[in-house]
Order: sequence, then structure tokens, then C-alpha cells
Amino acid sequence: MSASRGPGALFIFKKALISAVVALVLFSLMIGIRTEAGPTGQLIYWTRFSDLTLMVAAVFGGSIAVELLRQWWGPAGTVRLVPPGVQTALTLGRRAVAPLLLVFTFLVPVIFYDQRYILDLGILVLTYVMLGWGLNVVVGLAGLLDLGYAAFYAVGAYSYALLATNFGLSFLVCLPLAGMLASLWGVMLGFPVLRLRGDYLAIVTLAFGEIIRLVILNWQSLTGGPNGISGIPRPSLFGIPLTPGDDGLAAKLGIEFSATHRIVFLFYLILALALLTNWVTIRLRRLPIGRAWEALREDEVACRALGINTTTTKLTAFATGALFGGLAGAFFATRQGFISPESFTFQESALVLAIVVLGGMGSQLGVALAALTMIGGFELFRGLDQYRMLVFGLVMVFLMVWRPRGLVGHRAPTVFLQSNQAISSDLVREGHG
Amino acid sequence: MSGDCILTIDHLTMRFGGIVAVNDLSLDAGRRKITALIGPNGAGKTTVFNCITGFYKPSSGTMRLTHDSGTEIHLERLNDFRISKQAKVARTFQNVRLFPGMTVLENLLVAQHNALMLASGLTFLGLIGTPSWRAAEKRAIDHASLWLDRIGLLARADDAAGNLAYGDQRRLEIARAMCTEPALLCLDEPAAGLNARESAALSELLLSIRDEHGVSILLIEHDMSVVMEISDHVVVMDYGVKIAEGSPHEVRDDPKVIAAYLGADEEEAIAVMESGT
Repeated sequence: MSASRGPGALFIFKKALISAVVALVLFSLMIGIRTEAGPTGQLIYWTRFSDLTLMVAAVFGGSIAVELLRQWWGPAGTVRLVPPGVQTALTLGRRAVAPLLLVFTFLVPVIFYDQRYILDLGILVLTYVMLGWGLNVVVGLAGLLDLGYAAFYAVGAYSYALLATNFGLSFLVCLPLAGMLASLWGVMLGFPVLRLRGDYLAIVTLAFGEIIRLVILNWQSLTGGPNGISGIPRPSLFGIPLTPGDDGLAAKLGIEFSATHRIVFLFYLILALALLTNWVTIRLRRLPIGRAWEALREDEVACRALGINTTTTKLTAFATGALFGGLAGAFFATRQGFISPESFTFQESALVLAIVVLGGMGSQLGVALAALTMIGGFELFRGLDQYRMLVFGLVMVFLMVWRPRGLVGHRAPTVFLQSNQAISSDLVREGHG
Repeated sequence: MSGDCILTIDHLTMRFGGIVAVNDLSLDAGRRKITALIGPNGAGKTTVFNCITGFYKPSSGTMRLTHDSGTEIHLERLNDFRISKQAKVARTFQNVRLFPGMTVLENLLVAQHNALMLASGLTFLGLIGTPSWRAAEKRAIDHASLWLDRIGLLARADDAAGNLAYGDQRRLEIARAMCTEPALLCLDEPAAGLNARESAALSELLLSIRDEHGVSILLIEHDMSVVMEISDHVVVMDYGVKIAEGSPHEVRDDPKVIAAYLGADEEEAIAVMESGT
């Protein structure tokens, strides 16, 4: 039996043993010995061999499990026949995901009205959904790898904060201004990187992100440097503040004031902004500019041969992506009431990029699901304390192995004659032109 | 060549460092004619194409394009995308360059980018979805369908371009170039990798493009059956210089051409020819 199904028990055992030895070497210092500075500064260390044993045993058992799973599953690329009934059910299920998710999102403040934690988490997830959708224009559609997206987030946030605190402009006035300023910076980034491709483009965008952060950090007189800007006005509903006073919304509506009103308002505000991003992106994809972005991702040389101005095409992609980043930044500033350069580090750019890549480049639903997985999942593992990052990283690795082209790994055509059929991700290029 | 020319190339030279890929080449492409550019591998044919279509800036020489209206455009003064947009020169590539992850129909819509961009009011009208934009989009789709019908791919309009068979991809690339409404169509080895039946269909397609659409064609081709059948004028290149030109039959019997293809001296080629006949 074992001979016909692949390698035998001895092979599996050997492989597991090797994995266990590697794990032992790796974790002996990382987990086996714990060091800390004592009260007088001396080195204290103690051993945690039980944890180490557990870890090595887990690797040993896991290796056997993986190998058995692999044998049961058969060689890679095996074609599996799915009954037509199951297939149609799956397709229907896939189509229903987006509307169900949307309806659920609308109902979140109703269902979890008295759970502040869930509402805050929802706002956070939606902020990242919006950022992901914004970056998706640049990375997913136009295929330009941008590692400095947090720069536009920062420009939006600081634009809003400075305009609102210095000139007392209202949220609805500041929001488009912040978006436009971020967009302007998107174009400014676009110019120097027009001729760059792939890794070089990524490095310059990375540098751009750092430049913006460092300028904010050091321009004390304008941005307050590392102290940031505090006292940023909270958003109001068309000029009516959500405060407990007599002119507040609660008093005007004749209901009892509750701090949750503001959270719910913020939730629907970011939901509206995210949906606006989604709507605009979906529309743009079906317009010549959107098709030119995707064509640019597929083959830049062919684009030029067809008379497409690749310069303006790239710049509009950067500007559009930056616009949404800036709007999200303005929302972030008004929600927090306080911003500092610490919120706009490279880690932020990397997280948003990870959301886009995990979601499946170019897919709107994929990005939304990925933001939910990344941000929500990160919160889910909060109970695991120091192992949180480890488990989270493992989950990410498994997700990418399971779905190498992202959660939604196919491209939907923008126009069709007879039948709207998804395009396999194997054909779609990743760009980075 | 005397008479009405759409493209006149004078003393074109292209150097890459010390290598002279094209040396003092002059050639004319007739209006509503098919001009073939042939020669052994490495003769510099594709370099000439890259100069015409703006992918290279020639080291020296002029390339003058005269439209039907009489407007003259110097191609060496335009850069990349403007050659397609303003000078109306379209091209295909030796190794097919479609947008593989986009559908066949989308490929043809991307080709109509500049016209559609205007119709969508630089995106703003399109974003709102005005009736004029909807009508323009519908016209573009109809135009694309027309070409798909011509090349026999209408039934596959919604398939990914990367999923098409090689011969279909080549035809689609020609249709895509035609969707830019060109005055001059430059085809880089359109028959490469096609079987005899597909080559015959290609010849028919190219003749109809010339006759029905009034488009001039400049063609690089190794498949002599195609060249002999459809060319009005043939230019032969070897080592970056023009060694012969004329009608297909004149060129076929030219000892210099045979020598270039056989890689032999001219005398030897004449000897081979005489012993053969």
C-alpha cells in the first residue's frame, strides 16, 4: 500500500526527524532560554525546556501530518472532478458573498450597538478596506509596486489636521481638500518614478514614504514634530456636533445623549467613504482609463505601440490611489483627534500592500476579505499574548500557500459580448512596470 | 520607387555603440501598397521597424510620413506613443504582445483608447455615465465585433487573449493594430509559426486590409510564399544595408539576394543558379 501511494513510513519518519532537529536548533535559543535585565541591570536568565519540548514535538507531529495529508491529496496538479450540482452551489455561494457581506456591514452597528470594542474594530477594518481599495488601483490594476502608500495616508491626515485646527474649516470642506493634496503628492511621486520598473520602482516609492514621514517628523513649526497634532476637531453631521450640549445632535433629535452615537456615526462615515472608493474604482475599471491601467500592467510596450500615453496613465493611477489614501487619512485624523508621525511608518505601507496581495491583486472583494482577515485575525489572536505574531505569521504563510494568487484569484472582465466569464489568474500578469 | 509614397526613409542609420545595425538605408513604401522588407536573420529589419515606430531614436536620417490629406510628419521627431496617436502608424511584434489577462474584446477596446478617452470626456463624463459616452462605448464594441468577425474570432470574444491558439493570437494582434485606425500598418513576421492554411488566410486578410481599408502595409516576413503572393514591392536587407529592391519576381532572381540568403559569395551563387537551370 505504502509503495503504491508514495514514500513509506520510514521516509516520513526521517523527514519529520530532520524537521524536529532543525526546530530544536532554531528554538533552543529563541524559546529554550529566556533572558531579562535584573533590577540592578545584571543579566537574569532561566530555561523553558518544557515549552521547547512542546514546540519540537509540534513540529515533528506537524511534519508527519503534512506528509500524510500530501499523500492523501495526491500529486500536485491532480484534476479533481466536482459534481455539477456542487459546482453551481459554489458559484452561487461566491456570488452571494459580496452582497451578504455588505448587508452584514450595514447591520454591524445595530447588532453590536453596545459593544464598543466591536464597533472600534469595525471602523479599523473599514479604514484598511478603504486603504486597500485605494492601493489596489496602483498595485492591482496599474501593476505599479508602491511601498510608500502610507505617505499619502499621512498627507491626508496632516492636511485635514492642519486645515481644521489652523483655519477652523469643517470636515466636509477639509475632506476633499485633504484628498486633493494627497493626490497632488501622488503626481509628484509619479514624475520621478515614470521610467523605473520593478524593484527600482519599489525602492523609490519606499524612499518617498520615508521622506514624507521624516519631513513631518522634523518640520517642528508646522507639524509639531514627534509631538504630533492634538485637538483635531471631531466630525459633525452637516455642522451639527455630536456633543452632549444643547446644540448637539442628541438634543436636537430629542433623544438621550450617548457616546456611542459618535462611534456609530464614524462607522457609517468610513463605510460611506469606502463604498465611494469601491464605486469609483469599479466605474473607472470600465472606462478607457481603467482599461489602460490594466493594459499597462499586462504589457507596457504594447500600450505605447497602441498610442496610449503611458506617462499620464501612470500618473493618473498614482493620483487616484493617493486620493483615496488621503481621504482615509483625513478620516483617521478626525477619528483619533490626535496624529503623530508614528502612525505612518513603513509598517503601515507594508500592511496595506499585504492586504492587496493577499486579497488577489485587482479584486475588490478579495481586498475587502483580506482586510477583514488581516486586521480582524490579528485581533482574534490577541489572547495568545506573545505567540500572537508567530501564529499570525503562520496563518499568512498557509493562506499564501493555499492561494498563491490571493483570496480571489481571478480577474473579472470589464466588458463582455455574450458571456461574462472570469479569467484565470495564471494568465493575468502582475505588472510592476 | 517613384509615385505616391506614404513613407519615405532617407539615409537612416542606427548605431548601438560600435555596432551599426542599419547603415544609410533609404526606402519608400507606396500608398495603399504592400511593401515587404526581407533579409536573413540579423539583417536589421526589426531595427528599422523600431525606428519607424519610435522605439529607437535613429542615429541619423529622416523618415517622412505623408498622410492622404497631404500632411507631412517627420517620424524621427515624434516619440513613442505619439507615432501611433498622431502619425497613425500601427505595428505588431515579432513575438506576439497581446494583453494575455484581458479578454479578446478588451484587447480591441484598449486599441481604441484615444478615441474613447475623448468620448468619455477624459473620464469625467464616463464616470457619471452620460448618454453620449454610452453611445460611444457601444460604437467601440460594435467596431471591435466587426474586426472579430473579420478574423473569425467573434465566438471567442469573451475568452482571455492568452488562451487563444498561436495563429489566433497573431490575427488578433493585427486586428488590434487595425482598431487604432492606422494609415500605415507595420507587421513584424505575421506568418511566423503559422501553418500553410493559416498563412493563406493571412495573405487574404492583408490584401483585404490594403484594398478595402486603403491602409498601406510594411511587412517583415520570412515566409516567401506570403511575400511573393501579396507584396507589391520588396526591399532586401543584409548587414544593415539595402542590397536589392523591386517587384517580387525581380528580387527572387537577383543573385545578390540569393547569395545573402545562402551566405555565399555572389560568384558562387551565380554558379549555383546556372548549374540549376
